[in-house]
Amino acid sequence: MRAPDLTILVIDENAVRAAIIEEGLREAGHLRVTVAHEMTGIARTIETLSPDVIIIDIENPNRDMMEHLFQLTRTVSRPIAMFVDRSDTASIEAAVDAGVSAYIVDGLRKERVKPILDMAVSRFNAFSRLQRELAEARSQLGERKVIERAKGILMKMRGLSEEEAFALLRQTAMNEKKKLADIAQSVVTAAGLLL
Amino acid sequence: MATKVEDIGAPAGPAILAGREQRVLRAGFIPLMDASILIAALEAGFAAREGLTLDLVRDVSWANVRDRLAFRQFDIAHMLSPMPVASMLGLGSNPSPTITPFSLGRGGNAITLSTRLFARMQALTGLGEQASALENARALSAVVQDMRERREQPPTLGMTYPFSSHNYEFRYWLAAGGIDPDRDVKLVVVPPPLTSDALAAGAIDGFCVGAPWNMVACERGVGRIVAAKQDIWPSAPEKVIGMRPDWAEANADTVSRLIVALDAAARWCDDADNHDTLADMLAGPRYIAASKDIIRHVLAGEFSLDAKGNRRVIPDYFQFHRQSANLPRENQALWIFSQMIRWGQTGYGEQALAKAKSAFRPDLYRSALGADAAPVDGGEGLEGVADNDRFMDGHVFDPARMQEYVAGFAVRSGGAAGSDQQDF
Repeated sequence: MRAPDLTILVIDENAVRAAIIEEGLREAGHLRVTVAHEMTGIARTIETLSPDVIIIDIENPNRDMMEHLFQLTRTVSRPIAMFVDRSDTASIEAAVDAGVSAYIVDGLRKERVKPILDMAVSRFNAFSRLQRELAEARSQLGERKVIERAKGILMKMRGLSEEEAFALLRQTAMNEKKKLADIAQSVVTAAGLLL
Repeated sequence: MATKVEDIGAPAGPAILAGREQRVLRAGFIPLMDASILIAALEAGFAAREGLTLDLVRDVSWANVRDRLAFRQFDIAHMLSPMPVASMLGLGSNPSPTITPFSLGRGGNAITLSTRLFARMQALTGLGEQASALENARALSAVVQDMRERREQPPTLGMTYPFSSHNYEFRYWLAAGGIDPDRDVKLVVVPPPLTSDALAAGAIDGFCVGAPWNMVACERGVGRIVAAKQDIWPSAPEKVIGMRPDWAEANADTVSRLIVALDAAARWCDDADNHDTLADMLAGPRYIAASKDIIRHVLAGEFSLDAKGNRRVIPDYFQFHRQSANLPRENQALWIFSQMIRWGQTGYGEQALAKAKSAFRPDLYRSALGADAAPVDGGEGLEGVADNDRFMDGHVFDPARMQEYVAGFAVRSGGAAGSDQQDF
């Protein structure tokens, strides 16, 4: 016999991350998932949903508001923070590092809750990785543009071919033990000053 | 000191344990002015002088601070004084044993109402600009009554956390004016740095939080201070240094050094000559990230009550050290317990009383600093009897008569509503 589906509430002001988590939960077979992007009206949401599990971003200062709600409402009966198993320090650390905090209705079996939390942790991490990669891609794009401009300046001022200009930049970078993009940037800056 | 080392217990042997004690402490804090002592202990070198390294980690919510302490990500933490008491009583969503051997001073709180609500209080009752905290509370009571008759929504008031000095002080002030905080108004939680924006946006009509946020709202012209902590009960406990009792036991020598370092930092913070340096430290982005000017005024207790130029000076608005402000007195833990009972967060019981009391550890404070470190005690006696230490409603707290004390309040959570919340 399958246990009844758990009701899960995801509170995350970051809509993209919330969507990623929601998708992960649905893939894992959880169909009763609700996402809230803001705290306005959250008390009513919690009251009507009566969630078994609440996942909330650890950086959300409104966690203290949740603590207050739990004091007032009986619909979420005795929720406990984070983990059923206090001795599971590795999981706790992973969750905190990922930025996940969660509330679980007391009495739920650990085996049912742990996969949900693990999933939230891995999706939070995946989201951070995505953001990091995006930032890197942006800076790589920026670097490439600078190199193109430096090449153009060298070609024009020293009458070099594109290959020769690139080779000169690379050779200078190697000689000075600097990044190619840094040398390119100084060429662009110097040109800006001199021309 | 010597006896404490022996107390650590047989298994590993005290000498070996002492060598294994932690000297690098990860400390959580919330950006508030009452984290000053902790910040000064690091920045002015008092911790280093005791051979300790403080790693200060800024956090965004008290729930996070509590969880990170419970889950051993923090060794010590800047906490609301009711948090260790709640933890010992098993209240809240993650109660884990927590004690405090050191109070981070007194004062710093205030109650601010929106300028609009205050104007209505003045219009309705003829309230003066320099009215007392009690007069202000009574005026608000009259306005709340008026709003009810006109079928308007009751005011929404913000505080910081269910187990906070702000919650109990706000309730105390409201109730002293004849307002039932659970029926006549709507109490909500607002993170302190957001209070001034929430007030400006009309999301709340007032709040009770720590410094510098009351002053920030007043200088912006959106709020009016109507009571300070000193008006409600000068000795009311504020923030403390929290830690796990098992950790404190395993690191007894470190705890002792920490108390010595905090004591030195507290004396330094109390000295007005250092306030300029302190304000510089606090204003930075790593800590409070607020205007140095406002911080300087708050340290001096110079209040702009509103943006119209009404001022008030509260000489002891911040007491970092003097008048035994660092001693975590058992009576203070018991007063917190009395307010928890009063508002239906828990019920009375002999065992519960003992647990509440065990959250505050004056013994650790004294063993680190010497028996005469805090001459002003009042440990066993009554609270609210000294001339300069009265409760705003004139009640006297006798910890030996806890139930009578709670029953003596005209406004408290009782009957159906009270029992409804008993098991939280």
